[in-house]
Amino acid sequence: MTTLVTVPDIETRFAGVITPDTRKGYQGYIVEAEHVRAFAKALRDDYGYDYLASLTGVDYLPEGKMEVVYHVYKSTGGPGLVFKVQVPRENPVVPSIVDIYPGANFQEREAWDLLGIRFEGHPNLRRILLWEGFWGHPLRKDWREPYFEEEGKPFSSRWPHGKHFHHEDKNPFGKNVDYPPGFDPYTWEPDTADEILYQAVLQRSEIRDDLRTERVVVNLGPQHPSTHGVFRMIVTLDGETIIGLEPVMGYLHRNHEKIGERNTWIMNIPYTDRLDYITAMANNFGYVLAVEQLMGVKPPERAEYIRVIMAELTRIVNHLWAIGFLLNDLGAFFTPALYAIEERELILDVFEATTGSRMMNNYFRFGGVARDIPEDAWDKLVQLVTDRLPRKVDELDRYLTNSELIQSRTIGVGVLTAEEAIAYSTSGPVLRASGVPYDIRRADPYSIYDRFDFDVAVRYHGDVYDRYLIRIDEMRQSLRILQQAVKQIEQEAPRGAPILAGKPQYQVRVPPGESYGRVEAPKGELGFYVVSTGKPNPWRYHVRAPSFVNLTALEAMCRGHKIADVVTILGSIDIVLGEVDR
Amino acid sequence: MTQRTGRDRYEGLQVPGYDIPDEVKGNVIVTTLNRLYNWGRRNSIWPMMFGLACCAIEMIATAASRYDLARFGMEVMRPSPRQADVMIVSGTVTKRMIPLIVRLYNQMPLPKYVVAMGACASGGGPFKEGYNVVSGVDKYIPVDVYIPGCPPTPEALLFGLMKLQQKIEKQSLKDVYLQKEEYIPEPILGPDIMDPRDFPLIREYTMKKLQEMQGQGAVSG
Ligand code: SF4
Repeated sequence: MTTLVTVPDIETRFAGVITPDTRKGYQGYIVEAEHVRAFAKALRDDYGYDYLASLTGVDYLPEGKMEVVYHVYKSTGGPGLVFKVQVPRENPVVPSIVDIYPGANFQEREAWDLLGIRFEGHPNLRRILLWEGFWGHPLRKDWREPYFEEEGKPFSSRWPHGKHFHHEDKNPFGKNVDYPPGFDPYTWEPDTADEILYQAVLQRSEIRDDLRTERVVVNLGPQHPSTHGVFRMIVTLDGETIIGLEPVMGYLHRNHEKIGERNTWIMNIPYTDRLDYITAMANNFGYVLAVEQLMGVKPPERAEYIRVIMAELTRIVNHLWAIGFLLNDLGAFFTPALYAIEERELILDVFEATTGSRMMNNYFRFGGVARDIPEDAWDKLVQLVTDRLPRKVDELDRYLTNSELIQSRTIGVGVLTAEEAIAYSTSGPVLRASGVPYDIRRADPYSIYDRFDFDVAVRYHGDVYDRYLIRIDEMRQSLRILQQAVKQIEQEAPRGAPILAGKPQYQVRVPPGESYGRVEAPKGELGFYVVSTGKPNPWRYHVRAPSFVNLTALEAMCRGHKIADVVTILGSIDIVLGEVDR
Repeated sequence: MTQRTGRDRYEGLQVPGYDIPDEVKGNVIVTTLNRLYNWGRRNSIWPMMFGLACCAIEMIATAASRYDLARFGMEVMRPSPRQADVMIVSGTVTKRMIPLIVRLYNQMPLPKYVVAMGACASGGGPFKEGYNVVSGVDKYIPVDVYIPGCPPTPEALLFGLMKLQQKIEKQSLKDVYLQKEEYIPEPILGPDIMDPRDFPLIREYTMKKLQEMQGQGAVSG
């Protein structure tokens, strides 16, 4: 479980500037807006909190306040620290901390986009998930979507009365749109965002005068065979060399957070499946951990084991997929991916037998899991983790690792140093391939990971090749955990032991307060920041998505390389758009 | 020629009512141009290689070895709309993406087909109420086959594609050739997504809203 700390020393040093957050269920400090930069700098330089995990905003409408919440950790491990800045709701302005924690870059832009909090001093404060010109900031509590029905579910028309209607019939346009009063579409300037963007990229890439080559701006995506979904990059080239890169996202922005705040607590579990849709189980894990912290429930032994087993299987699925498609990006079109998907299907069979669905498992519950693993699926699972998968991982390793083609395309490409990796708040395999042995399963253990014997995989060059190797390493470590888990579960909590604490319930009671649940998802740190007011719906539901934050480092990795390498580097970060755009 | 094979019976492929010389038997197939043409078309549908969301993962799984889309002649995924016959809209369509989807659709050559894969593409799915989600791609472009599911299993996708094959089978050559290129205006990103065909309606609506607001202001002020 994530624990958060207070540092007495810092309280005296910043006396008068920071106050402990004394609201019931809250932790950490509230910092005066004008001193947040000094405070952050001190935390980073003098106290070792060099890793900004999450930055987000909360709209406290009744109090008329906007709050920015920062979670910082030490890259050497241990519990973290949370601090907040409160500003008035009418004109929320907070100093930007991008130059202290570069990893805040996209997260601040997101808070501006969705909540309208202005970060003063941010180098590029534009909308990130929505487009310039969008009407309003949708995560504000008084903003209503076109299909608005009620503040929170269950909607009274649907339950218990069961009157279903089509939103389309009620909307004057028959589709999901609404426009501000007095708006005239004929005078609307069709958006020039693209040109502005191209200009901005040109300006930001530093001018080299010695060789006056013409600079070219190339657009990749959002429909591009190798962007892993609807991701778009605008690349500035000097000849073939990249001198600037601007990721553009939001093409799959599905409003998880707004919908999540209308949903009841339990309704959000299936939505988390659809964040990173390759690793549904790991997403469930993060969310239930965050809510369980608030509720104060602990799952029974057997459920803990099942959770770990499922989460580690998910990691293998993800890494197989990532390697298969990295090779795809390198030009080995689909053959390695076929090998990878073959194994994935076998794991999905186990998931399907257990949860009823191949991908969208909706399996974890607050205080346990939904059902036990059926016996025949269990036998298959044991056979997989003890026999087949280890062989297949070795096979993949044998085919790929020493391939000259792969080595020549990946070694030394897309290097990210350890310092940069920490500064950009990257996590997961990207961080560990740069030589930072930071794995939340060890650094800030949750669930029952402290019982297993495994190594934190780490590689030191920080290039694409290492990011590939580390995934092979991690699969091996996951298999180690799995082999121990399938043995231990038989002894500690054999079949028939409870898998859910308490009775299954549709409407859970979540006491007021905040909580941040973080897990080591296959792609990196997956965090859920939830705020409860004691109502059936979360007040705030924020997802700190590893793919999204890892992309902050993309430009730094790509600069100086050739255009053909961009695709490889992107493939080695392993993003999933469902999670980037949410 | 009394013995009729299963092949002869195949959808009304009848034995002609006259004698066929022995040396020609088994060497000549009589069919209509329509059927021949459609037989070729339905067995070589090239999908556009483009995935939107979670459903795309199942689409990839369908193309992989266990389900093997190649059995249907559909494994040739083309990244360019110019070479594609069918657009599998595999995932949530967002307002930000719909102008590009319409553009891709316009760029596909005739005859073209659209398959809405999954709940999201068919009608908004779990994200229907979202402010950035288009509740069904058919609000903007015509759809031939809807596949339910979230995500549809690979089997369901295959079934949907077989339905598309059946549809192609039934089309007549004449209709396919005389089909008019229909250009769908690209939606524009304004304060919300705007369909250019809706402009008059939008203005009417926003002006009414403004008047209502001013009316209220006059009453309370
Ligand atoms: S239908 Fe379901 S699986 Fe498919 S894109 Fe929508 S949410 Fe994802």
